[in-house]
Amino acid sequence: MDLGESAPAPRLSLRGIVKRFPGVVANDAVSLDVRQGEIHGLIGENGAGKSTLVKIIDGVLQPDEGEILWQGRPVTIPDPRAARRLGIGMVFQHFSLFEAMSVVENVALGLDDPPPRNRLAAEIRDVAADYGLPLDPARDVHTLSVGERQRIEIVRALLQKPRLLIMDEPTSVLTPQEVERLFATLRRLAGEGCSILYISHKLQEITALCERATILRGGKVVAACDPRRETAGSMAQMMIGAELRTVARRSGAVVGAPRLVVEGLDLPASDPHGVALKGIGFEVRAGEIVGIAGVAGNGQGELEQALAGERPAARPEAIRIDGRPAGRLGPDERRAAGLCCVPEERNGHGAVPGFTLVENGILSAHHRRGLVGGGLIRLRKARAFAAEIVSAFDVRTPGVDAAASSLSGGNLQKFVVGREILQGPGVLVVSQPTWGVDAGAAAAIHAALIRLAGEGAAILVISQDLDELLMLSDRLAVINGGVLSPPRPTDAMSVEEIGLLMGGVHGVDPAPAEAAHGV
Amino acid sequence: MNPDVLVAVFLTVITASTPLLLAALGELVTERAGVLNLGVEGMMLMGAVVGFAVTLTTGQWGLGVLAAALAGAGLALVFGVLTLTLVANQVATGLALTIFGIGVSSLIGAGFVGKPLPPLPRLAVPGLSDLPVVGRLLFGQDLLVYLSLVMTGVVAFVLNRTRIGLVLRAVGQSDVSAHAIGYPVIRIRYGAVLFGGVMSGLAGAYLSLAYTPLWVQEMTAGRGWIALAIVVFAAWRPGRALVGAYLFGGITILQLYAQGAGWLPVPSQIFSMLPYLATILVLVIISAGPWRRRLDAPACLGKPFRPAA
Repeated sequence: MDLGESAPAPRLSLRGIVKRFPGVVANDAVSLDVRQGEIHGLIGENGAGKSTLVKIIDGVLQPDEGEILWQGRPVTIPDPRAARRLGIGMVFQHFSLFEAMSVVENVALGLDDPPPRNRLAAEIRDVAADYGLPLDPARDVHTLSVGERQRIEIVRALLQKPRLLIMDEPTSVLTPQEVERLFATLRRLAGEGCSILYISHKLQEITALCERATILRGGKVVAACDPRRETAGSMAQMMIGAELRTVARRSGAVVGAPRLVVEGLDLPASDPHGVALKGIGFEVRAGEIVGIAGVAGNGQGELEQALAGERPAARPEAIRIDGRPAGRLGPDERRAAGLCCVPEERNGHGAVPGFTLVENGILSAHHRRGLVGGGLIRLRKARAFAAEIVSAFDVRTPGVDAAASSLSGGNLQKFVVGREILQGPGVLVVSQPTWGVDAGAAAAIHAALIRLAGEGAAILVISQDLDELLMLSDRLAVINGGVLSPPRPTDAMSVEEIGLLMGGVHGVDPAPAEAAHGV
Repeated sequence: MNPDVLVAVFLTVITASTPLLLAALGELVTERAGVLNLGVEGMMLMGAVVGFAVTLTTGQWGLGVLAAALAGAGLALVFGVLTLTLVANQVATGLALTIFGIGVSSLIGAGFVGKPLPPLPRLAVPGLSDLPVVGRLLFGQDLLVYLSLVMTGVVAFVLNRTRIGLVLRAVGQSDVSAHAIGYPVIRIRYGAVLFGGVMSGLAGAYLSLAYTPLWVQEMTAGRGWIALAIVVFAAWRPGRALVGAYLFGGITILQLYAQGAGWLPVPSQIFSMLPYLATILVLVIISAGPWRRRLDAPACLGKPFRPAA
């Protein structure tokens, strides 16, 4: 600790925090200081221990060892209420809103002693207007966009006049314009003396926003730095611990005949919170990767279901695979016709968690790889297929008889992607190929997709990760409210333009954004 | 029709509806907190037999009603320990609870079968209770009838207008979020489950102390299941639960009268099926139809919650 002459004590100090879970040490002697009025970045890959650390600060989890100091005094934080009483406000990445309740009810739930409904609604309007975060207290949460939902969390935190605001990956679901607006709010809060702990794995954001940053890897603090003096590359290196493997941007792909043609595809919403697809039309040609960007919940899931055959289209001609009408075919028939699909959710959708890798291989590849004959499983062939995936895609597993649920997210994703690619599909639809996957596995998956395209397959990538799409795709379209913009060559699109499309024609100020995303 | 007959019909409708309403209100609160307790039938039976036994042995109906509430709560506590603390499957545990309730109530009640008991005393307001037509309907009911109606209002008010109700709904909407904000999810669910047990116990007591002041094995005759259906029918809203309970109570009485009057040349068994057929019909219409009432189901209904260490 610094024997500060007159320097005020840091708002929050962590000293040697240790948290163990069965089989892992999530936080290993983590120490960090957040000073008054500073925006402090906390960076690390998925699984580096960021979320665990935040939960300890917020009182959701208790540390096994170590000490927490609040304004220089040692404290224990037994639960989130205690954290709120200290002045710690939390904006979660997900999971903290109640869909079927109104904005004002949601805010009331997050306050310890909320005023009567009417007064609270007025206070919400005041704070929202004051910080430029328009929000209608009477609306039900499920009718709001993701950006608006985040405003609820921020307003809820602000109403408690926090002295430390924790933001957990706040921008993963925002358009570039919404990110700019959020940053302006955070800078203003810091200027008013509120400390901010900003958690992210997007390095450009840390460089744009933070004065100091702590980097976690494998549960340990590996570095503390001034992001303004670092480059994204140097911080990435500290974060990953190895030279960042980048995949060269594709160029000059040899493009052949259309393999997947979608024309006038309509699909009604399956539930009242869902999105209806309206007149979707595009084509993907042999050797081409087409990307679909969009803010979560704008019809990506529905589009993936429609293409995979989980929900058939009204007309057979709405979807054609290699010229063959496939709109009314089910997933198995489409796979036989050459279209394979990697769904967004790997555990439970892409793979059966309780089944072994061999069994999961059979479920998808039984036809194209001939793993079933005469109603019987050809076990030896199936085992060989699973082993082939494991070795070709470097899936870390004790063996092909391990349950899918025992694999880490990245390894299971490599398995699922590998399983579809090794079926030699003519058309591959991939949703969120690298969501929640560490950088090494992501690079491997990207390389595999590019290789497959080089072999003449048509690939459609649906993703929320703009950087990924900019790197992978030859052409790019944006989905918003179930409507797809016409795909255009990626080189010809700017990040600002994509951001505006993601926000739709309304709801976003066409602010002169120096977008946080570097290109 | 003679007004006296109408009054008589309506009086019987009230007696048929009250146990359904009591049990449905309890289950409604339980389900709003995200817990599906299919053991309503078993808890009602426990309430019925314990209420009857205590009233008969002590001669105090007040003690009997209290004991019935406690018996229901006791069985609910077993359910709570199994599903909330030990995170057992709620559907399986609820079914087991019903079977357990049937068995234990038969055992306890073995010595009480066929013994008579005076029915619960009815309110008697001098003057008012003797008014023609409305007198007996409004001022001549027993305590549990009034309690069921008052509780409808209380449950609606607490759920929609108070903080504890807001928190309870939040726990049923998203247990993970409620936990993250700092609410004691498990404790709140225990409270809701126990409330459901108390109300089911009272519903059972109404059957054995007022509806037919007798103890007969399995005397609930599926009313616990009808109460569960009413909760869905009511889209988890207390006011609609009142409507639903009286609708089902009305059908029960209607079929009795239809049988007695011999209106249709149909075997009486067909009429006896009516309330149950109506239950199935309502469930089918609601879950498939354009009403889309499923929307209102608490999002975490029946899902186990295990807080992170």
